[in-house]
Amino acid sequence: MTTVGAPAWTRRRTLALVERNFMVYRRSITPLLNALVEPILYLLSIGVGVGLLVGTVPGVDVPYAVYVAPAILATTAMNTAFNQTSFGVFTRMKIEKTYDAILPTPLSVTDIAVGEVTSAMINALLTSIGFLTLMAVGGLVTSAWVLLALPASVLISYAFAAGGLAVTTYLRDFPDFQYIQLFMLPMYLFATTFYPLSVYPEAVQPLIRALPLYHSIELVREPALGRLSWDLLIPVFYLIAFGSIAMYVATRRMTRAMLR
Amino acid sequence: MLRAFGYWITLYRRTWRGSIVISVVNPMLFLVGIGAGLGALVDDNAPAQIAGVSYAAFFAPGMLAAAAMQSAFLEGSAGVARAAGYGAYRGATPTPLEPEQLAGGHLLFIAFRVLIASGAFVVVMAAFGLTAGWQALGALLGATLTGVAFAAPAAAWAVGVRKLRHIDTMFRFVIMPLYMFSGTFFAVSQLPEWIQPVSYLLPLWHGVELCRTLSLGTATITGSSIHVAYLLALAIGGFLIARITYRRRLHP
Repeated sequence: MTTVGAPAWTRRRTLALVERNFMVYRRSITPLLNALVEPILYLLSIGVGVGLLVGTVPGVDVPYAVYVAPAILATTAMNTAFNQTSFGVFTRMKIEKTYDAILPTPLSVTDIAVGEVTSAMINALLTSIGFLTLMAVGGLVTSAWVLLALPASVLISYAFAAGGLAVTTYLRDFPDFQYIQLFMLPMYLFATTFYPLSVYPEAVQPLIRALPLYHSIELVREPALGRLSWDLLIPVFYLIAFGSIAMYVATRRMTRAMLR
Repeated sequence: MLRAFGYWITLYRRTWRGSIVISVVNPMLFLVGIGAGLGALVDDNAPAQIAGVSYAAFFAPGMLAAAAMQSAFLEGSAGVARAAGYGAYRGATPTPLEPEQLAGGHLLFIAFRVLIASGAFVVVMAAFGLTAGWQALGALLGATLTGVAFAAPAAAWAVGVRKLRHIDTMFRFVIMPLYMFSGTFFAVSQLPEWIQPVSYLLPLWHGVELCRTLSLGTATITGSSIHVAYLLALAIGGFLIARITYRRRLHP
């Protein structure tokens, strides 16, 4: 039904959806500020508060808050992107029926998918800039390489926005979101956000390494602590692959669901 | 009142599976993720700063109280607002049930739910050897009281709320900060001295202290009486206001 010449992301039509989401958001800046409240609270209470009890982390010679902050930045990028393509898309698809109004226009389902992921990535980048600014103001920045957190957050949000979109196509109703939480919360707690991999028994470590959030945190934290190496290409490839597979699944399933 | 309570129980028998995720699994994940994981770093570094017990034993009763607060607040606000807007209360108003009976029945149900969820949590704590015997029972009752102390004012407020978004805002700007700075994750005595008196006014701090001292067996009669009195005052005060706000919303 679609006449695909160029790939979707090169077509201007996708931008129409990004613009639409922005016009909705522009009415209030609060969604973006809201997205920052929780990470700031975690940074203060666990990073600074519990940090006083932790002292230094094995293998890293920096205050605990400096160690935790980049990880919280990564999780913020993840959550911002993921929430928009899960809660947001689900609401627009099933409750507000936004897409039903869009599909009769020249936009295809793929345009919608790419547009949603793009605008989720923009939102995530904005919250990352906000959080990074706060880190700098709070004196939690020790290396200029921390700026790599911004391109990193683009990659992270690509992976999780696409992942969120793919998962959303499997949901029936709002209570199903609890099952997502059943995966997202443990990942948040266990993907080396608050302590290094070395705390885990060796048998468990590969399991943690398999998590997408683990790679996201590596990608932000290592440069932030001034540690650069070619190993950082692993999370880069992981996140690109993860996002692209999810993107493929999401567009396929959305097309099937919406163009019955 | 018991009729209203019976209604919620009947409903709960259909929906309890989903609620288990939020009210039981979440705090347990925190217990393992923060208590054990981060605790490993804390115990290596500063065992003396947290009253000589392991970080997990310190953190678990705090988490117990905080989890009771969170689930009681959510049920007492979102649950009540939904019931008032397009649910159970609407159907019950033409019957002989009075608004305060609806309020009482619903709060009784919330207390029951908090008791069940906290019970599961305490069992896990005991299994990890973080509390035992009468102390566990004390902590369980403390957590339930904490839950009711939050549910009653929340219900009094939420029965008049027409947009669920406002509840979200309240959760983010009131409940989350309470959770973070009431001594759940670290002792209030670590905070700068000028801010400590503020913490002593926070309702969750009293809940956390009550559960923690009971769980660790360091409770004193005076301390516990103050905490219990504070939380009871909140619960009763909340219920008295709820009687007014329920009547205003349901029998206009």
